[in-house]
Amino acid sequence: MTKPLSGPEVARQIGEQSPDAVTGFDETAIFVHSEALLEVARFLKESLEFDYLTSITAVDYFEYFELVYHLTSIKNNYSLVLKTRCAKGEIPQVPSVVSLWQGADFQERDVYDLMGIAFDGHPNLKRLFMWQGFQGHPLRKDFSGGAQD
Amino acid sequence: MEIEKPYVSSELDRAESAEIEALIASSQQPYPDPVAWIDEEVQRNILVTAIDSVINWGRRSSVWPATLFPACCAFELVATAASRFDISRFGMELMRASPRQADLMLVAGTVTWKLAPALRRIYDQMPEPKWVVAMGACAISGGAFRGSYSVVPGVNLIIPVDVYIPGCPPRPEGLLHGIMMLHRKIARDTISKKGQDD
Amino acid sequence: MALKTEPLVINMGPQHPSTHGVFRMRLVLDGEVIVDMEPIFGYLHRGIEKLAESKTYLQNIPFTDRLDYLASMSNNLAYVLAVEKLAQIPVPERAEYLRVIMVELMRISSHLIAVGSLLNDMGAFFTPLLYMFREREKIMDLFEMVCGQRLTYNYMRFGGVSHDIPEEFIPALKRFIDAMPGFIDEYDQLLAENEILLARTKGIGVLPADKAINASVSGPVLRGSGVKWDIRRADPYSIYDRFDFEIPTGTTGDIYDRYRVRIEEMR
Repeated sequence: MTKPLSGPEVARQIGEQSPDAVTGFDETAIFVHSEALLEVARFLKESLEFDYLTSITAVDYFEYFELVYHLTSIKNNYSLVLKTRCAKGEIPQVPSVVSLWQGADFQERDVYDLMGIAFDGHPNLKRLFMWQGFQGHPLRKDFSGGAQD
Repeated sequence: MEIEKPYVSSELDRAESAEIEALIASSQQPYPDPVAWIDEEVQRNILVTAIDSVINWGRRSSVWPATLFPACCAFELVATAASRFDISRFGMELMRASPRQADLMLVAGTVTWKLAPALRRIYDQMPEPKWVVAMGACAISGGAFRGSYSVVPGVNLIIPVDVYIPGCPPRPEGLLHGIMMLHRKIARDTISKKGQDD
Repeated sequence: MALKTEPLVINMGPQHPSTHGVFRMRLVLDGEVIVDMEPIFGYLHRGIEKLAESKTYLQNIPFTDRLDYLASMSNNLAYVLAVEKLAQIPVPERAEYLRVIMVELMRISSHLIAVGSLLNDMGAFFTPLLYMFREREKIMDLFEMVCGQRLTYNYMRFGGVSHDIPEEFIPALKRFIDAMPGFIDEYDQLLAENEILLARTKGIGVLPADKAINASVSGPVLRGSGVKWDIRRADPYSIYDRFDFEIPTGTTGDIYDRYRVRIEEMR
């Protein structure tokens, strides 16, 4: 059974490594600052052996965007959910984790295309699903180019 | 191993997206369906009629499809081509990959705006006489995805369609019924009307 | 005197018999060897998530069918499990067993197409695919008995399934299961020792295990690379923890191993 790692324990470990990174936690997920994301991710990958990035998604709450990272450790059979928030703006910037997990490559392009969150450090950040000249980011709540109902 | 790409990816992308935008802008009205079989009182002379029936028999007995495999309907198409609902009895089992060797274009699945220029180009590359069958609800009108930002609401905005086969996905029997309707349409075609439409 | 060569850029476009569905690649070729490749996606991006935003949870179940139309039941199940977890809806036991039966049948059907298409692309033009489709027709008949549809089922509901199985289902299922291993053996026998297949798949397309994990690969491809990770065993959802089954894995991660993993999974 994959054991989801509990909030307080991992938050404490991350806090030891990079203080001030953790902004909060509950029993399902750990929230970190978006600037500290890369360090926290590196710590999780190297020390806690989270070698498999299951998915990256983003959610549009009206005042901010939230990025959700699902991580799994195949060796030890744990899982963890990491969340970070970024302010709504034209194109908010968040550090990219492609250097740690190559599977993040397409997933980050997906998030950029559909939500408009840019990742610095990504080698090839361009739209994945829509064509390059497409205006707007479809999955934002204020996108109105289609989906009439 | 880093290879120097001989093209610049972003330039190609920009050219392609310009093409897509141009196609969207120009496809706001559907093409009228070719109505060759409704027109019964065309004056034809006897010689042309006999030649017509032979030519039409030849054409309809082995229509070669060039298939476009976008989505789920493609699997009903392949299942029709498989041994249980044999499409080979109609002479159509050769799914020609190259549009230059095909007569019929079976659009089986959802067409998105990104795919639309490719679809138009394949249609243009097919030699006359050519027919188009729109298979499945998505090809007819956008289907379950009508209203989405990236789906073409009906492939008849881009190419003229001869037969529409409803269903999601249509059963193989439905597809065969549609193909037989197409054969009947081809049978009523006449060579004296060439060059009239399109 | 050295020949001057230039790399050739070719578009292996959205309409191509080997790129199943609408996958497109820009290839850079040096002679006949591919040296670089840029995959381009998005030709079947239908905006399902956006459409789903304005529909009820129940209305979204048919959308999930169309996400991966070769394994519609599995997509349905994934969505339904997620909603049940959020809303804490309990599921009766009979429904759980029915779900597992359907999903496993779907898995067999999907692997049949995967293996059939692999062989189709390798040159055995349509024959293996036709054999696979013959078996798949049997599975589709079973599904049609249950929910009336051959391809996009819309069978799972929150809290169970939409219809109970008719009486003819269980005997037909038993007949199918008894006949299946014989069919796989017949198939395997024709192909496993085939020289052309071996020459074209062994040692080609090797994906080492650590790269596979790093690249977030999952499913039979990951197991082909030797990683013994099956989410049905590792994190059982539904009632998979009551079943005991083996997880086949490959050794080197080449195409032959991925083929073998799928064949073994069908067994």
